[in-house]
Order: sequence, then C-alpha cells, then structure tokens
Amino acid sequence: MARTLVTVPQGAKRGEIVEIRVLIAHPMETGFRAGPDGQRVPRDILRRFTCRLDGEVVFAAELFAAVSANPYLAFPLRVDRAGTLTFTWEGDGGFAQTETATLAVS
Amino acid sequence: MTRLAAARACAMAALVLAGAAAGTAPAGAQSPTSTRAAADARRSGFDDMSPQTQAMQRDDTQNPAMLFVADGEALWRRPAGGEGKSCAACHAEATTSMRGVAARYPAFDAPLARPVNLGERVNLCRTRQQRAEAWRAESPDLLALEAYVALQSRGQAITPPNDDRLTPFRARGAQRYRQRIGQLDLACAQCHDDHAGNRLGGSTIPQGHPTGYPIYRLEWQGLGSLQRRLRGCYTGVRAEAPPYGAIELVELELYLASRAAGMTVESPAVRP
Amino acid sequence: MRPPDRPDVDDPRRRRVIGAGGALLALAIARPARADAGELAAAIAAYTGGREARPGRVTIDVARLVDNGNAVPVTLRVDSPMSAADHVRAIALFNERNPERDVARFALTERCGRAEVSTRIRLATSQRLVAIATMSDGSLWSGAADVVVTLAACLEGDI
Repeated sequence: MARTLVTVPQGAKRGEIVEIRVLIAHPMETGFRAGPDGQRVPRDILRRFTCRLDGEVVFAAELFAAVSANPYLAFPLRVDRAGTLTFTWEGDGGFAQTETATLAVS
Repeated sequence: MTRLAAARACAMAALVLAGAAAGTAPAGAQSPTSTRAAADARRSGFDDMSPQTQAMQRDDTQNPAMLFVADGEALWRRPAGGEGKSCAACHAEATTSMRGVAARYPAFDAPLARPVNLGERVNLCRTRQQRAEAWRAESPDLLALEAYVALQSRGQAITPPNDDRLTPFRARGAQRYRQRIGQLDLACAQCHDDHAGNRLGGSTIPQGHPTGYPIYRLEWQGLGSLQRRLRGCYTGVRAEAPPYGAIELVELELYLASRAAGMTVESPAVRP
Repeated sequence: MRPPDRPDVDDPRRRRVIGAGGALLALAIARPARADAGELAAAIAAYTGGREARPGRVTIDVARLVDNGNAVPVTLRVDSPMSAADHVRAIALFNERNPERDVARFALTERCGRAEVSTRIRLATSQRLVAIATMSDGSLWSGAADVVVTLAACLEGDI
C-alpha cells in the first residue's frame, strides 16, 4: 500500500467548484535510468488514475513516464450533491490502490 | 566586510541572545526571525526558489514531503524492539513532546561524548531505550520519522544549545567550512558566502542554511538528510565524501546550525 | 590572499585537472536529447487521427525557467463553460525532447465545472510543450509553451 494524501475541501455550498488534490508515493521509475550496476532499471510507473463520485467517473488521467515521482494531480469538481469519492490508481506490476473520501455539501 | 560576514556576526550575537532568552520565552511563543531581523542579510534557500517551487513547499496538501511525514507519524506509534515500546510509549504525543526539539540539534550526547544530529538521536533511542536495531542512514523509515519530528519545530527559530561541550566540535566545523577541498579546490565559504546569490550553471547559489531538513529535494526525487546534501557537495567539488555518520559531517552540521541561528525552521522543506 | 604553500594558479597540473572537470561537465550537458518538431507533430497527429487542432483556448501555465527538470509544476486550462452541452472531454499533453512524446492524458466531465488540471512533470531539457483539447462537439484546440530547463549545477552520482 503506497502512502497517499487526498485533499477534499469541506464546507462547499451546492454549485461551488472545489479543487481536489491527490498525492501518492511512487517512484515512477522511467525505464530510462541506469542503476548502480550500470544496468537499465526497468520501467515501473503508475498508468491510470480515476476519480468516481458514487461510482460515476468524474475525472481520469492516463500517466506516462514523464509524470514526476510521487505523482501529484489537482482537478476541479463542482459540488452538486454530497457523495462518496473513490480514487483509484493502477500501474505496472499489478499496482492497484483505492482511497475514499466523503464529499459534503454545506 | 562582506554582507554575509556581517550577517555571521549578527548570527553569533543572535546565538548568545537565543541562549540567554531560552529560559524566559513564553511557552508556545513563535519568534520566526531574530531580533536583528531588519539587519539580517541571511536568506533561506526558500527565498532563492521559483514561486512554483515555493508554492509546493508552502502548502501541506501539495508538499511531497508530507507523504513521508505521514509515514513518520505511523512509525511514531508503532511498537519496536525487544521492549515492544513505540516512541509514543515514552514521548506521548509528538506535537507536544517534540516541539522545538529539531530546532536545537545537533546536540551533545554524553555517553558518546560528542554531538549527534537528529537522525542519530532517533537511532540512539531505538538501540538504548527500545532495544531495537538502528536504522541505516538515509533509510526511508529513519527519514520519515526525522521528518515527522522536525515538523514539530516548524515556524520556530533554529536554536543551537548553549553548551560549552559543543565548542571544540563547532570550531572544527567552522574550520572545515573554510577549508579548500577536492579537485576543484573549493571551500564551502567560497560558494555559500562569497558567491551566494550568483549562479552556478542555471542554479542560484544559496547561502546554505539548514532551515528545512530533511528536505524533499527535486534533484533526488525524494526525501534526504543534511548529511546527504553535504556529501553531495563533497562530490560536487570532486572530493571524497566522508561516510554517513562521520564526525566531520556532524561538526559541519553543528557549525551550520550556529551560522543559521535565529532563522526559521521550515521542515520538511522542498528544494531544487 | 593565498598562503605561500598553495600551488600557483598557473601550475599546469591544476589546469589539466580543472580541464578534466570541465570536460566531464560538458559531456553531461551534451547528453543527447531526442528529436524534434517532426516527432512531436507525428505524435500529435497519431493522437488526433490526422485532424488539425486550432491554436487557442488552451493555456499551459508553467515557469519559463524551471528550478529542476525532475518536477516541473504545470497547470493546463481550457476556456470552456463546462456545461453538459459544451465542455472539454480530454486534454493531452505532449513534449518535444523527452525520450517519449507523451506526458499525460486527462479525461474531464462536465461535473468538473472548470477545465483545469495541475500536475508535475519531468522535462529532460529545454523544449516546447503542446496541449491538445478535445471538446464535446469534437473540435480540437491547442496551446503551447516553451520551457528552459538546465541540469543541476553539481552532478552527485550515487551518494
């Protein structure tokens, strides 16, 4: 399980747009680097990120090796209703991780 | 006298003031700059960064180091070693017990009869109190716990201890700071005093104050300690870097802390 | 003022050593950076299926000179009402000189409310970035930015 930092602003009014921020610990090994033994370190990156609100995809990203280590994403979301946000990361080596957060409407 | 030489004089004065005031400052007081702030020509590496990188550090929801701080907080509560005790078992909540601690390291360790940095102190606690194995230098667990402890000093002034036992070590550190080394035959002072603010390649040369360690360094794509940074400089001037834990490195850390006395702790910082 | 036992600055041994250091630095800077405008255009064409994107409505917010090419903050913005009828479906970011052209592809929905995405990317060297936005009506728009990237002043190796 990789460490994640998910920020969902609270206290938004209906119709307000908030910025969701997600950070995940992952080296995003590009596959272009040589290790200490001189051999190429194989690629190991996160490939996909998906954000769902009550199961419906609201934002997704396809990531390539040019995304920095410990990938950071920030995207807006209009707060129409309260619900459950699900954040999923998938990547090389069968990497799969899901975090959830509550979206509240004040 | 260069501006930074004047600033060093201010720093030594601030050190004396900080030592004198340590007993009288009200609990929870935050005095981010020295009383001579108006005349203080010292700049943190933060000030030399682009606005984008500064924003990365300023916001805990964006700072990659906070991922490792979260790991550190979990480690704080995890039982370890033959005693099965966590840090919390003795130190309770770090937000209280560790407040101000990182700001006064390196500090003297009586049994070893020499100064130790924060990471070494953590390992001494592990071996002496928890009866656990010491963590390897720069290991993820050690850095994470260091980052969590250092965070508890954020916003406070770097406050080197007023401890006479540290004097000979600090003096050697000061001497080493001015010692030319390596194939490039450079001393720390030449870049970080004489040429601070100028450029080396595309990068601005910082004054080299340890205001934010452990740092998330973009060049490393990860978290690292001051010793890692110092060893990087040794390599940079084509000198052989002392091994992790070498007394030479701790003496330098001790000198750098006194040189930065009164500056604000930013840990865990982001640096290019 | 040099103490008397320091070697003279014109000592030929010192010049050779400094020269070697300089050559090492030059080698590092001359690391080959992959092509060029042609490859970038080809990658974009492959993405758009050969259709042309109109320059406009897309901005790439990035520093002109970055602190470090390992983590360059970037914000992509598209001028769009983000309504059900008229919104951005996708934004794709391409680069000119990394080993690969693709950086990231984002899928937005009208639930986003605003067409804006921020991330941090790796840039191997100074180059151009191009972002292509696909609208809900199928139209394609593009924006570009040029970024200056320098290597770190001191190369550390494995420490």
